[in-house]
Amino acid sequence: MAATSTPLDKSLPCLSAKGIGVVLLLTIAYGIVPLVGSSYLYEAILTPFLALSLAALGLNLLTGYAGQLSLGSSAFMAVGAYAAFNLSLRLPFLPLPATIVLAGLVAALAGLVAGLPALRLRGFYLAVSTLAVQFFVAWVLNRFSWLSNDSPSGIISAPPLVVAGLSFEDARGRYLFSLTVVTLLTVLAWRLVTSPTGRNFVAVRDNETAARVIGVKVARTKLLAFGLSSFIIGVAGVLWAFAYLRTVEPAGFNLDRSFQILFIVIIGGLGTLRGAFLGAGLIVVLPLLLSRFGAALLGDGFDSGTLEMCQRIVLGILIVAFLIREPAGLSALLDRAVRRLRPSA
Amino acid sequence: MNPDLAFFVEVLVGGLLSGVMYALVAIGFVLIYKTSGVLNFAQGAMLLFAALTFVSLTERGVPFIGAFAATLAVMALLGLAIERAVLRPLVNQPPITLFMATLGVAYVIEGAAQLAWGTQVHGLDLGIDDTPIDLAGILVSRFDLFAAAVAGLMVAVLSLFFRYTRTGLAFRAVADDPLAALNTGLRLPRIWAAVWIASGIVALVAGLLWGARLGVQFSLSLVVLKALPVLVLGGFDSILGAIVAGLIVGAVEKLSEVYLGPVIGSGIEGWIAYVAALGFLLLKPSGLFGMRSVERV
Repeated sequence: MAATSTPLDKSLPCLSAKGIGVVLLLTIAYGIVPLVGSSYLYEAILTPFLALSLAALGLNLLTGYAGQLSLGSSAFMAVGAYAAFNLSLRLPFLPLPATIVLAGLVAALAGLVAGLPALRLRGFYLAVSTLAVQFFVAWVLNRFSWLSNDSPSGIISAPPLVVAGLSFEDARGRYLFSLTVVTLLTVLAWRLVTSPTGRNFVAVRDNETAARVIGVKVARTKLLAFGLSSFIIGVAGVLWAFAYLRTVEPAGFNLDRSFQILFIVIIGGLGTLRGAFLGAGLIVVLPLLLSRFGAALLGDGFDSGTLEMCQRIVLGILIVAFLIREPAGLSALLDRAVRRLRPSA
Repeated sequence: MNPDLAFFVEVLVGGLLSGVMYALVAIGFVLIYKTSGVLNFAQGAMLLFAALTFVSLTERGVPFIGAFAATLAVMALLGLAIERAVLRPLVNQPPITLFMATLGVAYVIEGAAQLAWGTQVHGLDLGIDDTPIDLAGILVSRFDLFAAAVAGLMVAVLSLFFRYTRTGLAFRAVADDPLAALNTGLRLPRIWAAVWIASGIVALVAGLLWGARLGVQFSLSLVVLKALPVLVLGGFDSILGAIVAGLIVGAVEKLSEVYLGPVIGSGIEGWIAYVAALGFLLLKPSGLFGMRSVERV
């Protein structure tokens, strides 16, 4: 790792401990999980977890690091997913990785346009303008059936997941495919937030006027945050559509999905990369736990409707509880747990 | 009258009247935002909760007045509980944090309301028939007129309250400058509690009117999305702004649906209000009647 050769870096021991943790996680994810996992584990838990983590990672760049609240994340997922679908349909000679990158760029472009109001608006006004994006994208996808190849109610199906002759069609393949995409983008995001650009994001978040005074180009920084975040969210949309669900419709990318991604960021921890993964883990596992728990507690009275309501209540309570008790989210809880386990440090 | 013009006026009046309904929801937001700086996303959920509670009580044979009083009490308690349990511990947090907390509250209320009263659609009959009446050659819905009258009455009551009562004066003082208000001995927590109770009551009135219009069901909670462009346009802190912006948004929505819809496709009412409000904001960032703020480092 390049960082280990920097003698002046004071946070070195901590960083390398983190580095070991990441290597360990990747070893488990690539080496052990594919050997022992079941297709239920891949399809119901790991693949949606990875797609949601990536989306939350993207939103965290925008909201957690650059301080611009967005309520329209799933619109960019939709843009990414539908762009990838159209690219693979109309330009079938493109290799899949190129399709995904281009789809991300289309989402980034949409993000740039959506970010334009941020140059004049702040806070709530901006949040409301991202809602406009949410509804506008849904309308466009329903209105222009060409975008879904004229299928009824805009449903699209994923093309085969084949890269360089290797097929990723089965449950494990789709998991590994998602894992690779998420790993690559997470590394890029990590590079970004530790770069001067990442520090500009934080400066704009903490005090926009002060950032402007010390010479941060606020407008460019905001647009960059919107573009990069939308790129990542767009790719997450591709994973959601191609690797997880395989068939999606525009309604799958609704406001509830946007809120879900925002909740992942809040619960996981605003302004931390791993927060996205911790939060997504909780959000994916929560309904499974609740349904087990509810079925054990109430027996047959616990139908899917009751489950959904309970899930809403628990989620809402979690949000409020985290904001009050631990605004830095699961990420901070993890830090504290680690510190307690290592009293000498 | 020229039939084209008559049609235009009819659409316009219909739009203005539905705009009154938007304004009704937006007022609930303004009350809380003005005095505590919280953009209460749970306003829609409170509306749903009020309407569901009322309708479930009347369906169980409780007379109108009794159900209304009971729901009023429940809404006041709900407002009080939200203020106590959620917002009091978050005092002095950034506005965005408070907003996200109300998002969580919205989820809890929506879940709880439907868990308690079920998810089926209820009809709500307020005893006003929805027949059109003829006003100088223009057909106007009787129900819309009634809703507009209620909204007007509510605004009048609120204005009088703000203008002439001691509590109203305290509200205005807090809205103007919370620290100065605190300094003169006003008890902020008490005022916040009062304002949350008031917004619970506004939610009840809006919930009954909207419930009668759309049927009492989950989607009632989504009228909050109709109120947001109104707030953006009118400024988050102006009741007058909410009314005027509500009228504008209603008119823009109906007119564009009728005249623009055939050109660019139907279903545009989902976003046209947002685009109109944002377009206006780009010209005038503090909204129609919002206060202009000065930046300090």
